[in-house]
Amino acid sequence: MAYVAIADRDHELEHHDPTTFITKYIWSQDHKVIAIQYGITAMFVGLVALGLSAMMRLQLGFPNSFSFITPTEYYQFITMHGMIMVIFLLTALFLGGFGNYLIPLMIGSRDMVFPYMNMMSFWVYLVSVIVLLTSFFVPGGATGAGWTLYPPQAILPGTPGTEWGILLMLVALALFIVAFTMGGLNYVTTILQARARGMTMMRLPLSLWGIFMATILGLLAFPALFVSAVMMTLDKVAGTSFFMPAIMSMGEVLDHEGGSPILFQHLFWFFGHPEVYIVALPAFGLVSDLLSTHARKNIFGYRMMVWAILAIGGLSFVVWAHHMYVSGMNPYFGFFFATTTLIIAVPTAIKVYNWVLTLWKGNIQLTVPMLFAIGFIFTFTHGGLTGIFLGNVVVDLPLSDTYFVVAHFHMVMGVSPILVVFGSIYHWYPKITGRMFNETLGKWHFWLTFLGTYAIYLPMHYLGFLGVPRRYFAMGDTEFMPESAFLLNQSITISALFVGLVQFLFLYNIIVSLKKGKEAGPNPWKATTLEWQTPDTPPKHGNWGHELPVVHRWAYDYGVPGYHDDFIPQNVPAVAGVPTHDQDTDT
Amino acid sequence: MTLALVLLAIIMATVIGWLLRQTLNSQPWDANDPVENAPGRGVIDADPAKVGLLSFLAVVTSLFALFLSAYMMRMKLGDWRPLAEPDLLWLNTGILVLASAAFQLTRGAAKREQLRTIKVGLIVGGMCTILFLAGQLVAWQRLNDAGFYMAGNPANAFFYLLTALHGLHLLGGLWVWGRTTKRVLTGADVESVRLSVELCTVYWHYLLLVWIGLFALLLST
Repeated sequence: MAYVAIADRDHELEHHDPTTFITKYIWSQDHKVIAIQYGITAMFVGLVALGLSAMMRLQLGFPNSFSFITPTEYYQFITMHGMIMVIFLLTALFLGGFGNYLIPLMIGSRDMVFPYMNMMSFWVYLVSVIVLLTSFFVPGGATGAGWTLYPPQAILPGTPGTEWGILLMLVALALFIVAFTMGGLNYVTTILQARARGMTMMRLPLSLWGIFMATILGLLAFPALFVSAVMMTLDKVAGTSFFMPAIMSMGEVLDHEGGSPILFQHLFWFFGHPEVYIVALPAFGLVSDLLSTHARKNIFGYRMMVWAILAIGGLSFVVWAHHMYVSGMNPYFGFFFATTTLIIAVPTAIKVYNWVLTLWKGNIQLTVPMLFAIGFIFTFTHGGLTGIFLGNVVVDLPLSDTYFVVAHFHMVMGVSPILVVFGSIYHWYPKITGRMFNETLGKWHFWLTFLGTYAIYLPMHYLGFLGVPRRYFAMGDTEFMPESAFLLNQSITISALFVGLVQFLFLYNIIVSLKKGKEAGPNPWKATTLEWQTPDTPPKHGNWGHELPVVHRWAYDYGVPGYHDDFIPQNVPAVAGVPTHDQDTDT
Repeated sequence: MTLALVLLAIIMATVIGWLLRQTLNSQPWDANDPVENAPGRGVIDADPAKVGLLSFLAVVTSLFALFLSAYMMRMKLGDWRPLAEPDLLWLNTGILVLASAAFQLTRGAAKREQLRTIKVGLIVGGMCTILFLAGQLVAWQRLNDAGFYMAGNPANAFFYLLTALHGLHLLGGLWVWGRTTKRVLTGADVESVRLSVELCTVYWHYLLLVWIGLFALLLST
């Protein structure tokens, strides 16, 4: 019997609607519920990490004023803040949250192809988060090894949390990777096999291209973290010497010999660099759709955008050692990795130009999602430019391990993706909940966050040029630091606390609007993509009622001349007398 | 990292190559574009479970490739003392080949709808796999008795680690095998298990391939 594509099967409603509260909201296999579960868990753990950064900033801005922040705790805060934000918040939210919600809706399918595995993915993720947070409460506390967990210090006494914290961290990571793999296989297979009739790959919204490529990167790169986590666990528990060199610790010669800490760094960054793009590519995709929808104009250079995503995906595997310039390497390697790093700026720059050109002569609607999307172009360009500094070996050497680096990666993969997260939550909120959020509060949230993050991170570049090292608990009486640096640190701390508090505006807004928001209707933004064309808002189990949608056009038919509306949804067949595209903006 | 890079480059080239082909000649902005409107464009003619399994094998390939890369990097350092692999491993390899052959037979039988052969093939395949795993445990025991402890040398540690990893993947396969076999023995028809049998076969062949690669590397170093 020949294989029948999912879109062509006629026994459509094969899912039985869940009836009990538990199967509907707890052990749910519905991608939308799983997405929301992922989203809430990720945001919760993100709030924890935000709290940790507030504690760190208190210490840095006003050293020795807070007796409850000891050096040990400071290092634990740094480590957990970094790991949570990068992996347990951003990766989980973009792929587990937005991926889960948008993939089936945007491709026009009823659900993921393996719903049971999708449900397991969330529950294993939840366990990994619990294991991670448990480490605060075990003897010795959480690990303070820094989010890179470099051995040998990560597992030797002297670093906080070497008793249990580091083990729980490694276990949490391994669990996360298992959860991600289950989810990731689902996302890839669903996009490949469950697309509605007429939904070719080139008619996918860019959101899905970004999520798709990021998932592939995750599937192939997370094993590197898994390998390093397993080997480090064995070094710690079984006394092996994969990474541990012969070493004296606290006056004692340890049993380890001959291991290579550099080996760990290679494995870690072989995962760590693609991880940047695992976070960035979904953001690129989502922001493209936000810009196009709210500028009422097709995305500039769709094909080029797709090619750029493919190029970034491919290149992201050959730049990892630019994180290791100061670890010592053959100069030719440094040259190689600096070159590949600078080459990856080309497709990235293409994307930035195309976003700007999408806005050019657009009918720009300054809605809340649009503000966040435009804000992203600023912060991302900013972080990208400092990346060019750090990608060059000779410039990186003096700047390495200073606040310049902290400023760079926070701009490029902290603030930028988070702005897209906010923009996307505001954008899809009416579809997810059926209600509109409060626009005024949303705008306040944007402006205070956007300007506030500049108040935090711009001065950090300057601190970096002064040579202020990152990761230090306190500077003490340091000669090279002028008085102004201390003042700056105070102002950064005040800004950071302020921006942290502003996020409660967002929480307040999305919680209160659940009940108080006005009815949004099925398509408040007049968007073309399929998720806005569902028969119900919010979409019901099975998404599409009795018949799956059929796709007739790409996702960017905005402002097509001759059509009675300024957008044509993807499931509208070709209309006589209306040109199928705007000749002037072809690329 | 060369090995991992080469294997990942092959995987990425395949993925990106396929995706790139979807973009060529296409003018997606034109709703009447004949390329985009061609029936069946971009559809992979395979069951989602098969596509899922192949994607999973890509992940496993990445995992093993990275472990082997780490092996080769660690090997170059001064304290590496190769261990003497027990001859038992040759026997184990033979048994795993038998398991793979049994699955191949089962797959053929599933295509020809021969229920009896499917039953026999599944049981033989599964038993051979269990025997292989038992054999690996005995090999561990012998190495341990001979003084090759895990913490003694990275070569030993890698040996235990890699064989354990491979064994765990087989155990995962056995779980699916167990469910399939139970269905067959309790009277399911051929149609309903054909896909499972086929997926098991692919998975076992793949793990045999991984084992042969691993074994060759372990023997040669």
